[in-house]
Amino acid sequence: MSDTQLTLDPEVGDGYGGPGEVFGHTLRPGELDLSHKVILYLEDITVSFDGFKALNKLSLTIDAGELRCIIGPNGAGKTTMMDVITGKTRPDSGRVFFGQTLDLTQMTEPEIANAGIGRKFQTPTIFDRLSVFENLELAMKADKRVRSTLRARIDSEQQDRIAETLDLIRLGDQAHRLAGLLSHGQKQWLEIGMLLMQEPKLLLLDEPVAGMTDDETERTAELFLSLAGRHSLVVVEHDMAFIRQLGGKVTVLHEGSVLAEGSLDMLQNDPRVIEVYLGR
Amino acid sequence: MEVCDVKTTTFSRTPFVFRIAQSLDRRAWIALVVAALVAFVLIPLLHLAIPADSIFHLSDYFITLGGKILCYAIVAVALDLIWGFAGILSLGHGLFFALGGYAFGMYLMRQIGRDGSYQSDLPDFMVFLGWKELPWYWYGSDSFLWSVLLVLVVPTLVAFVFGFFAFRSRINGVYFTIITQALTFAAMLLFFRNETGFGGNNGFTDFKRILGFSITSPETRVVLFALSALALMLTLVFVNYLMKSKFGRVLVAIRDAESRVMFLGYNPLWYKLSVWTLSAMLCAIAGALYVPQVGIINPSEMSAANSIEMAVWVAVGGRGTIIGPVIGAGIVNLAKSWFTMSFPQYWLFFLGTLFIVITLFLPDGLVGLWNRLRRMRGGESA
Repeated sequence: MSDTQLTLDPEVGDGYGGPGEVFGHTLRPGELDLSHKVILYLEDITVSFDGFKALNKLSLTIDAGELRCIIGPNGAGKTTMMDVITGKTRPDSGRVFFGQTLDLTQMTEPEIANAGIGRKFQTPTIFDRLSVFENLELAMKADKRVRSTLRARIDSEQQDRIAETLDLIRLGDQAHRLAGLLSHGQKQWLEIGMLLMQEPKLLLLDEPVAGMTDDETERTAELFLSLAGRHSLVVVEHDMAFIRQLGGKVTVLHEGSVLAEGSLDMLQNDPRVIEVYLGR
Repeated sequence: MEVCDVKTTTFSRTPFVFRIAQSLDRRAWIALVVAALVAFVLIPLLHLAIPADSIFHLSDYFITLGGKILCYAIVAVALDLIWGFAGILSLGHGLFFALGGYAFGMYLMRQIGRDGSYQSDLPDFMVFLGWKELPWYWYGSDSFLWSVLLVLVVPTLVAFVFGFFAFRSRINGVYFTIITQALTFAAMLLFFRNETGFGGNNGFTDFKRILGFSITSPETRVVLFALSALALMLTLVFVNYLMKSKFGRVLVAIRDAESRVMFLGYNPLWYKLSVWTLSAMLCAIAGALYVPQVGIINPSEMSAANSIEMAVWVAVGGRGTIIGPVIGAGIVNLAKSWFTMSFPQYWLFFLGTLFIVITLFLPDGLVGLWNRLRRMRGGESA
């Protein structure tokens, strides 16, 4: 990270409000700036694949600490949107900002992850040939350059953090089992646990309860609700009961842009939403 | 960031050698001591001290074959590092092996001095081509230390540059494999040319001396054998340490789900590149130890079949295990020397069949079979 800081010296003032008046705040390049209470800005994002517009001038903002659900029929662009945010896909046009300062279109996937965005894939993506414990260890927030992984050892504080997460995702008794041997629901939870170990500011969750039992789904909703506030969550789901449980604002995507936004009850009575979901 | 730095400095207080020693368990220590006794005491004694007519005497042939297999074993471990652990199959490791061999072969050629057929200061093949002086890249090749440096640096650099561009462009899987094979093939064609300055299709041979000692004397042979054994043991200890570190777990993670690794904040490029470069360097060291023992290096070392054979060693022994490649290299090469003496025409058929059988029925190789048998026995007694 660069040491240069764009600072407006508060002692000098800005020339408009008299000496000593604090104008703005210190900008630290490379750090998340939540001064405007917004964690994610998507502005006029367009992504096209061979002429097909997966995202079409999509604009969306997520507030810090918000729990936002995103719904939409297949092909609405939900996964592409996550790809754009995490750096996997570069938009053809438009701007993506994490906080006030971080331009995500200029960053690589690992840089975005280290800046504080965690992503859960649609199908559980974990390391099958490593144990549950090792999966969490690799995910843990740390210096992730080659040099430090050669030396890294787990200290007792980190051990405790992993143990805490294991309890939270209810895999405490499976810690030393190979992750590949877990059930589907357990794998989903392990991946959520890995996300938490990263200590992200923003969690992107692509169909997190797919394949879970009702009981597991309910517990997942509780977990997400407990995370909101400290973290911001963006949840893509089809399960309406789950979304209802989460409460919060819901965004409907359709053909690559936002069709409607509001509470779930409001949207379920919105004729445009009904048309998109049920057809004419 | 700052917090992390503080932590790493506390770790680095434990000296490196210490941390490596800690990575070995008791069984590994016993195995190492036994191997050292055999390679550094027993075999040299049997070769040097026992008279040639005794049945306990180990012949020149055995020492050379043993040394050769030890070098191949290093190659197999190096290939397993990149294939077994990081999931990247290279069919170009013959290139790094040969480059190491050629770099050291240059020194051996210069050590011939005026004892060649043309009694010239230049190597024979240059006299034959009518060259009057050494090409620029031969300067310094009369120095042992310079040549060792070349062995360590040149193949590593080639691997680094190639790997950097390949991994940065996210070339994966079979595409990467094909490109490595093509790279080796291109290098072979280059080395076949006389103008390249490495002896064309004859390569380097007729070595006389190494560091002034006769290269064919029993003592030199034993020393080279012991050095190969030492290099293999150090390689195994180091690879074991790497694979037990967090670095090793990141490699396995890259093999299993690379995108997940990226979204956790690791940049796979540097992980792949460092292990790829290390693997190439180990191959080069093996090549440099191989050439003085076998007495010849030529471009056929870079043929496609050679690099494929290396992959077979690893597959037979067991991918992703530390000792498997050593076992694989040993068994396949012992079988090869027996076959090429008894039924030379059937060797390639045997090799092909072996590869198919292993891939179909023993995906984890002989070590996997051993583990399965042990589990079955354990299951019965329980």
